[in-house]
Amino acid sequence: MFSGEQIAALFAELGVTHVVTVPDSTIGKWGDAIARANGMHLVRVCREGEAWSVAAGLHFGGARPLVLIQCTGLFESGDSLRNVLHDWKLPIFSVIGYRSFLNQETLPGDSCLVFTEPVLDAWKIEYKLITSESQIGTIREHYRACLAAGKPGAALIAEGKA
Amino acid sequence: MSGHGAMDPGGALAVLREHRASGDVVVTSMGSAREWMAMGPPDPLDFVFVPSSMGQAPSLALGIALAQPARRVFACNGDGSMLMNLGALVTISAESPRNLVLIVFENGVYEVTGAQPTPGSARGRPDRRGVHFAEIARACGWTSVFRYRELEEWRNAASESIGAVGPVFIALEVAPVPGAVGPKSPGPTVERARKFREALRQTNR
Repeated sequence: MFSGEQIAALFAELGVTHVVTVPDSTIGKWGDAIARANGMHLVRVCREGEAWSVAAGLHFGGARPLVLIQCTGLFESGDSLRNVLHDWKLPIFSVIGYRSFLNQETLPGDSCLVFTEPVLDAWKIEYKLITSESQIGTIREHYRACLAAGKPGAALIAEGKA
Repeated sequence: MSGHGAMDPGGALAVLREHRASGDVVVTSMGSAREWMAMGPPDPLDFVFVPSSMGQAPSLALGIALAQPARRVFACNGDGSMLMNLGALVTISAESPRNLVLIVFENGVYEVTGAQPTPGSARGRPDRRGVHFAEIARACGWTSVFRYRELEEWRNAASESIGAVGPVFIALEVAPVPGAVGPKSPGPTVERARKFREALRQTNR
């Protein structure tokens, strides 16, 4: 849907300083462009639960981090996400790949379609579903709204084949 | 790893307190948070990670260290907590922040839940051979790695090991505290988060 250059430019425009990530086959393709972007640092973590805590530390230190993971990593993130977003109430924004939303050819009946949005709702994360390239402005607006409100939020990026 | 004959965790932390310089951040969690809070009034750059997500203290400290690379950041972690987030050792060595010191307190048990053995402890394994955290750190790419069993040994070596090229990994063999309970949050989290961020901002290096 989006190129790495588009995403890197968007994140740079939004003032993101660090992108903390575990890749998947869609968002992983953005990594090189993000890593090349001026003023932005790509932090590769081993599991998604780490990403929220690293982002929390970055936030404390005055940086403006963003968590970039797949929805399966959202499921893995549970306790760390709970702690960072709800115990400490840190306004960490995330961009989350929504596996199989556009195409279930590789994984017919992918249960990510069953659980992703209810899990976001359960964790009380306000998200915007992004299903086409024309919605890049929606990500921008949602990020800015969350930043202004001092609360977390997410852009849920529809993905194709797993 | 058995915890027998190991150092008192309060004494081990007192050594850290002696070597902590102005402007250093100290992140504590679980048992280390309880002991640290009992040692005196908090410093604005103490981050008592209570409530926590168990195992995440090194990751949180990594974020602080990356955001403020001129500031030294200590992360105090238990061995049970380390086991919950072993990948953090790889993440940290990949980023290789020179300003991060990770201290792992090895007592071989989940202390605050009743001292059940961890699966990494000698007591928790059929072969009675505990895992070696310092060797794990080395295998993950850390080069400044130290391990101490006796308090005097730690006290005598603390300056050199803390001052080594970061990231620094220090394993301390400590004795479990009998009947220990979990640490109590020292105050409302949102206010503590705000004050900690402000302290980091005001003294930004």
